[in-house]
Amino acid sequence: MIAWLSAVAAVTVQLVVMVAAAPLVVGLARQSRAWVEGRAGAGVLQPWRDLRKLLLKEPVQAEGTRLQVAAPVVLLATSLMVCAQVPLVGTVSLPGLPGDLFVVVSVLLVGTVALAVLGLDSGTAFGGMGSSRHMTIAALVEPTVLVAVFAVSIPAGSSALSQIMNERLAAPSTIASPASLMAVVALGIAVLAETGRLPVDNPATHLELTMVHEAMVLESSGRDLAWVELGSWLRLAALVGLVGNLLVPWGQATTASPGALLVGILTLLAKLALSAVVLGAAEVFLAKVRLFRVPELLAGSFALAFLAVTTSYLVT
Amino acid sequence: MSALRLARLIRRVGRIAEPALPAPLPITLPAPLPADPPTDPPTDGRALPSELPSELRGSVQVRHVDAGSCNGCEIEVGAAFGPVYDAERYGARLVASPRHADAVLVTGVVTRNMAEPLRRTVEATPRPRVVLAVGDCAVDCGLFARGHAVVGPASSVVDVDLEVRGCPPEPEQIVAALRRVTGR
Ligand code: SF4
Repeated sequence: MIAWLSAVAAVTVQLVVMVAAAPLVVGLARQSRAWVEGRAGAGVLQPWRDLRKLLLKEPVQAEGTRLQVAAPVVLLATSLMVCAQVPLVGTVSLPGLPGDLFVVVSVLLVGTVALAVLGLDSGTAFGGMGSSRHMTIAALVEPTVLVAVFAVSIPAGSSALSQIMNERLAAPSTIASPASLMAVVALGIAVLAETGRLPVDNPATHLELTMVHEAMVLESSGRDLAWVELGSWLRLAALVGLVGNLLVPWGQATTASPGALLVGILTLLAKLALSAVVLGAAEVFLAKVRLFRVPELLAGSFALAFLAVTTSYLVT
Repeated sequence: MSALRLARLIRRVGRIAEPALPAPLPITLPAPLPADPPTDPPTDGRALPSELPSELRGSVQVRHVDAGSCNGCEIEVGAAFGPVYDAERYGARLVASPRHADAVLVTGVVTRNMAEPLRRTVEATPRPRVVLAVGDCAVDCGLFARGHAVVGPASSVVDVDLEVRGCPPEPEQIVAALRRVTGR
């Protein structure tokens, strides 16, 4: 009972931290990009201001659309679920809530489909185009994510993410093994594609013809848009945090004691902040690749992930 | 350009954004050109800052509508959101859809073909919303008054809350108008 309660407490803490931090991660990425571009930038808190304002507005919905309200909520729910499942603050997982890698990927896919349905439901040409591109990219990304984390899970002998983290904490030498490094690079590319960052999608674009994520949400407004935005930011933060934790697992709370959780929160925030600054600054140097070249990029990352699996069987 | 050269360029150039002016200043309205008397009665004195919706404090998404401008105003709007004037630091951002927008920024006289699209764009913007008329053309038809394709200034088609005069207005004036909405 005590163990269960403390696990609930740990997961709740992780959820609260992620919801508070996800907009700040995006804000910091935009801010660091602004610094590199020589701008002053809107400040790290801007995404929170945007969210507050969106929640105060009354949404405009086209007649006959039913999913404009439901799909954003589903996306937000799946993102919150992923934030609860993935070991971010600590490796304490809730008994009964599967933190298994395959479940995490399926939950992500439910959110992806909700977003695509939202784009289709708006009934505009751009919405449908965005949805079809989104599903194309998702179909290329999901196998890479699965194979990459499968490679990482081989040393741990389990596909539960918290066990993988515990194994990495116990045997740090597995982190720098070639298999693990290749898998993390492949996973990183897949995460960039999944969360709609450069070079796959440009989050700051105004050109409808090049949009992927933006095209699907063109018709959402007010509260609906706020949920979509928060949902995608949470996804980005959770996946970036996962990659950060795979590379640098230290600092994660392995027990649900307040001290360990505090250390876990602080190290998680540090990892997220560093990744956000690097992400924002690196995007200045990248251009969006042509849509028809995205499969080449993702096939490369899939090949890397596949090599990682092969080497982890050969080099043991 | 190679990444290394780009990095060196970034280091050499440093910060391009002009230092921020003190918080929201009143818009300076230059006198209208005396040569061309407007067909419509002068429209001014609308929207005191206190009448602008307070929900938009700190964050304003802007949808730009070119209702028939000569593209002079577009260049200045582009400059206002560029790195030098950097309207984004005050919380204003250009967006691609009126559904995401809080402010509709109208440039140019409203031509016959753009009257309906402009009306629909404003209708598609969720409330509370603000409409800005930027440039003499959007305010009172400016140079193009009495043209055969001209319906009238922006205010003859939609309710305008804020006006920025000038042909074209300086980016600073556009930024100042946006700052009155964002209050930053
Ligand atoms: S105000 Fe001047 S610059 Fe702007 S659209 Fe009219 S003529 Fe062109």
